[in-house]
Amino acid sequence: MKSLFAFFSSSIGKKIVMSLTGLFLCTFLAEHVAGNFLLFMNDNGAMYDAYTEFMSHNIVIRTIEIVLAVSLVGHSISGVIVWLKNRRSRSENYKVYKLQENTPLASRITMITGSFIFLFLVVHLRTFFVPTRFGTEAVSPYTLVVQSFSNEWYSAFYIVALIFLSYHLRHGFQSAFQTLGLKNKKYSRLLDWLAVIFWLLIPLGFASMPIYFAFFYKAGPAALVLGVQ
Amino acid sequence: MNFTLKIWRQKNKNDKGRFASYEIRDVSPDASFLEMLDILNEGLAKKGEEPVAFDHDCREGICGSCGIVIDGRAHGPGRGIATCELRMRSFRDGATIVAEPWRAKPFPVIKDLVVDRTSFDRIMYAGGYISTKTGGVPDGNAIPIPKPVAEEAMDAAACIGCGACVAACPNSSAMLFVGAKVSQLALLPQGQVERKERALRMVEQMDAEGFGNCSNTFACEAECPKEISVAHIARLNREFIRAKVT
Ligand code: SF4
Ligand code: FES
Repeated sequence: MKSLFAFFSSSIGKKIVMSLTGLFLCTFLAEHVAGNFLLFMNDNGAMYDAYTEFMSHNIVIRTIEIVLAVSLVGHSISGVIVWLKNRRSRSENYKVYKLQENTPLASRITMITGSFIFLFLVVHLRTFFVPTRFGTEAVSPYTLVVQSFSNEWYSAFYIVALIFLSYHLRHGFQSAFQTLGLKNKKYSRLLDWLAVIFWLLIPLGFASMPIYFAFFYKAGPAALVLGVQ
Repeated sequence: MNFTLKIWRQKNKNDKGRFASYEIRDVSPDASFLEMLDILNEGLAKKGEEPVAFDHDCREGICGSCGIVIDGRAHGPGRGIATCELRMRSFRDGATIVAEPWRAKPFPVIKDLVVDRTSFDRIMYAGGYISTKTGGVPDGNAIPIPKPVAEEAMDAAACIGCGACVAACPNSSAMLFVGAKVSQLALLPQGQVERKERALRMVEQMDAEGFGNCSNTFACEAECPKEISVAHIARLNREFIRAKVT
């Protein structure tokens, strides 16, 4: 226990927590986007609803869900602790400081992008997770998606959040490997390519959903029943 | 060449400090930044004013004494050079140049542009050494070391301990310095005995001194006069994890 505490209080220890939890959250994103593509099945959400039904009752998934929640909290808390400590380490601010000449933008704004993603998650869970899991009346997740995304503002909020996510992962994904000591000349090219999946393809995949339902989707019978057009 | 200089003046540790403006004329474009400061100081001394204090020794980029943040860049504009290697031709004629000391809690300002870098020394005492019998000079190649490994260790050993990595880092992190020192010894057979303790103790001391946490922005690598690679930071992380789990 004592050594665990010492580990977390060390600078590298906190960052190892951040990278492991961050990578775990990345695997979740991959699963989430893949599952969500069922929205495009053109079956009025039959498969998508079946999939969410399965996910919310499977014991393995439910367990992973807890790990996921813990990871998210761990990632956020260690992120904030590290950020606060870093702000305190400079004695006085430079009069002229040209950090932008040396560093990529994504690496400088992880706290901003991270905070926005956190805010987004609160809204996202409130819209989809809470009513489907804890709601008193049964709702079809598919109709919920159609309903929510038919609001252009809500969709726009999603797209902005995904741009933030993209920037967050642009830095975060490769950063995790650096922190775990797994990045070196041999693998860094491979990692850069793997990173593209996370900072580009996954956010694009997610963004296709609000874009589709807000602008291209012609309301099927299910949505009509709910008065969405 | 003519310049307007805005230089940080601070009497001592407790003084609050402020910027002072100086005009300097007819500087040779081939003068180094430090030589330019020498000329300035000569003028100040003649007028009976206190010269600007700055650190220097070798003036050829090998000792790590010099270090000024010039126009918002540690060691000034350009890559792979220390302040003493920076030439005035890198600036526009008539430019205003801002010179500040390294700014980090573990590097308190002693006077003007001079900071106290003994926090680096204390990190070195914590583990940046090997314990060995020092007898006569050993035979060359008595311990065979593969060329790529020797090269990598030599690259790390190029660190001159100037502290530019800390000064440039938005988090005032010393990971590049500690990474270089840990790497250099972890790669070589002589460094194996204390390998585990070294990584743990140096990181512990680094944290105790109040350096920030690395957030992988890699500003350090861009400003390091010896172009130490952040791959050494990855190795430090690896060494730390290895020491923790084994
Ligand atoms: S790593 Fe580079 S910048 Fe940092 S102390 Fe060593 S030589 Fe200076
Ligand atoms: S004075 Fe020695 S490195 Fe600049």
